[in-house]
Amino acid sequence: MLIFEQSHVGRRALAQAPMQEADISDIPADMLRTDVPGLPSTSELQVVRHFTRLSQKNFSIDTQFYPLGSCTMKYNPRACNTLAMLPGFLARHPLAPESMGQGFLACMYDLQEILKEVTGMQAVTMTPMAGAQGEFTGVAMIRAYHDANGDSERTEILVPDAAHGTNPATAVMCGYKVREIPTDAQGDVDLEALKQAVGPQTAGIMLTNPSTLGVFERRIEEIAALIHEAGGLLYYDGANLNAILGKVRPGDMGFDVIHMNLHKTFSTPHGGGGPGAGPVGVSKRLEPFMPLPIVGYDGDQYYWITEAVRPQSIGRLSAFMGNAGVLMRAYIYARMLGREGMHRVADYATLNANYLMARLTAAGFDVAFPGRRATHEFIVTLKRQQKELGITAMDFAKRLLDYNFHAPTTYFPLLVPECLLIEPTETETREELDAFVEAMIRIQQEAENSPELLKEAPHTRPVRRLDEVRAAKQLDLAWSGAAE
Amino acid sequence: MPFIPHSETDVREMLATIGSDSIEELFDEIPDSLRTGKLSGVPEGMIEQEITRLMMQRAEADGRPLCFMGAGAYDHHIPAAVWEITTRGEFYSAYTPYQAEASQGTLQLIYEYQTMMAQLTGLDVSNASLYDGASGLAEAVLMAVRANRKSKSRRILIPTTVHPYYRQTTHTIVNNQKIELVEVPYCPEGGNTLAEALKQYEGEDIAALVIQQPNFFGILEDVDILTDWAHAQGALVIGVANPIAMALLKPPGAWGVKGADIACGEGQPLGVPMMGGGPYFGFMCCKQEFVRQMPGRIVGRTVDRDDVVGYTLTLQAREQHIRRSKATSNICTNQGLLVTAATIHMSLLGAEGLKRVAQACHANARKLVDALTASEYVEPVFKRPYFHETALRFSLPLDNVMRPLNAHNILPGYALQQDYPELADTLLVCATETRTDADIEMYADHLGRIIKTQTAAGCPVKPKMA
Repeated sequence: MLIFEQSHVGRRALAQAPMQEADISDIPADMLRTDVPGLPSTSELQVVRHFTRLSQKNFSIDTQFYPLGSCTMKYNPRACNTLAMLPGFLARHPLAPESMGQGFLACMYDLQEILKEVTGMQAVTMTPMAGAQGEFTGVAMIRAYHDANGDSERTEILVPDAAHGTNPATAVMCGYKVREIPTDAQGDVDLEALKQAVGPQTAGIMLTNPSTLGVFERRIEEIAALIHEAGGLLYYDGANLNAILGKVRPGDMGFDVIHMNLHKTFSTPHGGGGPGAGPVGVSKRLEPFMPLPIVGYDGDQYYWITEAVRPQSIGRLSAFMGNAGVLMRAYIYARMLGREGMHRVADYATLNANYLMARLTAAGFDVAFPGRRATHEFIVTLKRQQKELGITAMDFAKRLLDYNFHAPTTYFPLLVPECLLIEPTETETREELDAFVEAMIRIQQEAENSPELLKEAPHTRPVRRLDEVRAAKQLDLAWSGAAE
Repeated sequence: MPFIPHSETDVREMLATIGSDSIEELFDEIPDSLRTGKLSGVPEGMIEQEITRLMMQRAEADGRPLCFMGAGAYDHHIPAAVWEITTRGEFYSAYTPYQAEASQGTLQLIYEYQTMMAQLTGLDVSNASLYDGASGLAEAVLMAVRANRKSKSRRILIPTTVHPYYRQTTHTIVNNQKIELVEVPYCPEGGNTLAEALKQYEGEDIAALVIQQPNFFGILEDVDILTDWAHAQGALVIGVANPIAMALLKPPGAWGVKGADIACGEGQPLGVPMMGGGPYFGFMCCKQEFVRQMPGRIVGRTVDRDDVVGYTLTLQAREQHIRRSKATSNICTNQGLLVTAATIHMSLLGAEGLKRVAQACHANARKLVDALTASEYVEPVFKRPYFHETALRFSLPLDNVMRPLNAHNILPGYALQQDYPELADTLLVCATETRTDADIEMYADHLGRIIKTQTAAGCPVKPKMA
C-alpha cells in the first residue's frame, strides 16, 4: 500500500511544524499557491511503520551477501556514519567562513593527502559528486589541457569495448567522438587494434584496470607509452580500485587523471543508488585545470583554493563542496584502516575472489578467462547452460534471490554471453562464500531437473518477475490518486 | 584486522583450494616494476575509540554557529524520525535497484517520491533525483535543448538573479556542447528580472529561459509574465524552485498560461542537513511530453506475472548503461539516500506542515529585516516582496561587522560583493522557521553594539540613502 492510500483528509498529527499559521499578508495574492499539493496526511506512527516496512522489502549488505560485480558491496562501518553525523558537522553551513570550519576542512585536507598517496597522483580534487561526474571532470580537464596547448585537432577518445557505459557517455558530454577498441581472447586490450587507432586525433584513452572483465591489464606500460607518444592522455576509471589498493598505483602505471568511487573502495554507503563521491587525482600537467573548490593548508590554517590561484580551472561542478558528508565517511574509514589496512583491502578482496572462482570452477561452472587470475572479481559464463538447458543468467540471478543472496551483476560486461560478474569483497567470511557456492550448485541441479523453478523465480520475494514492457509502454510514474 | 574476518586457518585453507602458496602470488600478473611500496603518507590505523575522539574534537571546533545564512543551503528543522529510518541498513547499504524483486522498498519509495515532487512542482512527472541543485540546472539546460524541437539555436537565457554557483556549474557542464548561456541583467531597484530586459531577444531563436523563484536574492519574480513571454517566443521555461517555498507560492507548473516545462532545484530543505555542502539532491520534474528527454533514473509502477503491483526502473533506453555514447546523460546514480530522507520528511509534514514551515520562514525573515534595519546604518536593497531571505546594505564596511559577529558565533549572512561587484557592503540575510525571536534579537543587539563601536571609533561611514 502506498503512503498516499493511508492518508486521511483532516488528519493533523503534526509535531514537526509550527503550531500556528504565520502572517504572510505582504506577499501578493497572485504569487501564492491556490491548490493544495497532494502530499499525505498521516500520523508519525503511520509514517514510521510504512517506511520501516518498505525497508524490509530490500536486500542490502547489512542483511544479505551482495556480490554485485563492479560495485564493491563491502561492509559500511557504522562508526563512519555515526561520526560523520556529529552535530558540529551537520550544522556547518557550506558558505561559513574558513575560520569557523577548521575541523571540517582539516578532514577534507587530510583525505586529499591520503588519496594522493594511495593513487600516486600529484593532486586530488574532491568536488565530483559521483564516479560519472569524476569521469566528466577528468575528460573535461584533458580537453582543457589540449586547448591550452592550442592542440585543437584532437577529437577522439578511445574506449575499450569492455568499458562501463558511463565512459562513452562522458566523452560525448565533453564534446568528443568515441572510438571503441576491441578486447583480445585473454581479456586484455587488443594492442594491434589500439596501435591502428592511435593518432594525431587522439585526445586520450579511458581505461579501467583491472578491467570490467575481472582481469589486470598486463601491458598497461606499453599502452601508456603508445598513447603518450601520440600526445594523448590516459584516464583511469577507478571503479575497480579495490582490487589494487596498496598493490599498484594508477599514477605509477602512467595515468594522467583518475577518479575514485569512494562508495566502492572507501566503503561509503550505496544508499539505494547514491550518494556517491568521485574525487579526481591528476598528474602535474593537469593540476592547473582542476575544478574548484579545493582545500589548501598553509601550515597553520586550512583554506579554500580559489579561482584567483587557479585561473585555468575547468570551474565548478556543484553548488558547494561536492558530497562533503560522503567524503567525511570515507575519511573516517581511511583513518580506521590506516596504512596497513589499505594493503589488506586488495589482499583479502583478491583472496576471496580467487577462492570463490576456484570453488565454482571445481563445481563445474565455466569462468570466462580460465587461464587468468581473478582480481577482486571474476566472470562466470552460463553460455553452456543456456545452450543445453535453456537456462539464462537472468534465471540463475532470480533463483539466487530465493536462496537469500543478492544476484551478481548480470549481462555486464556485454562482451561475455550470459555472464555473472561476481565480486565478493574482503569483508565476507569464508562460510558466506561457501554457502553461496552451495546455492549455485543446488541451482545448477534444479536447472537440470526442474528448470521451471528457475524460469519462474523468484518465488519468495514480495513480487515475482515484473512486466517491464508494460512499465515502459503504459507509463505510470506518479500516483494519480495523490491529489484526491 | 578491522572489518576483515579471516583467521589464519581460513587463509591457509583458502589458498590450498586456489592452489597458491601465498596471497602475494595472486598478484603475479601485475608487473614487478609497478608494485607499490609502503604508502608512508598514510597514517597508522586507529581503533574506533581513537577516531571517535578525533572526530568529536573536530566537530566541536566548528562551533555550531547561529545561522542567518542561506544562499542555497538552509537550516531547517529535521524530524527525528527522518534519519532514524533513512540510516536503517536496508536503505543505507542497498544499491541501485537493479534486481527489482529484491529492491521493492527502495523502488516503491522512489515512486512515492516522484509522486510527491510532481505534486509539489505542479508538473506531471519526476525523475529519481540528480546530484544537487546546481548540476540539476545544468542537466535541465541540456534537456531543454534536446526537448525544444522548434528551436535550433542551443541558446539559453539565464538571468543573473539565478544563483551564481548554479550558473557557474551549468557553464562548466554544458560548455563543451556548444550551448550558449546568455545572461540577463537584473533590475537594481527590485532585484528581479524585468520583461523589458528580455525585449531585445524578441523574435530570436531561444531554446529556453531559466527563472529562479524565489531568486538568489530571495526576491519573488513575476513568474507569470516571464513564463508567458518565453512561451510566446517558442522557448521552453526551466523553473528553479525552492521546495519549501513551493508549498506556499505558485508552483512552476502553474506559472503563466501554460506553466513551466521543466522544474528543478535543490532538495536540501526537505530533511537534509547542511552538512558542509552535501550530499544534497537535485530534483527534476517536467511535463509528460518531455519525459523521454529527462536524464537520470525513473521508477515506474507495473505488475508481476501474478498481476501483483510492483515497481521497477523504467525508460532505461535513455540511459548510459544501455545507450552508451547516445545516452541523455552520463549520470548513473541518483542521490537515493537523500531522496529517502526527503520522502519521509514530506510524509511527516504533509502539505499543511510544509506550508506552515514556509509561512514561518517568511514571517521570521520579515522580523529579521525589521530588527536589523532598525539601525540607521542598515537598509534593504530591493523593494520587492521576498520569501525567506533578502539583501541588506550596510553604510559601513561589511568586513568590520562580519568578523565581530562571527566572533559571537553568529553567521550573519552571505556577502554579495564576491559575485556581484556592484553590491558592495551588502549582505544576503536569511531566517528559517528555526530562528526564534530571541535569536533575531541577539543578532540585532550584537550588530547594534558593533555599529556603535565602529561609528564611535570614527570608521568611514557612508550616509544612508534615501
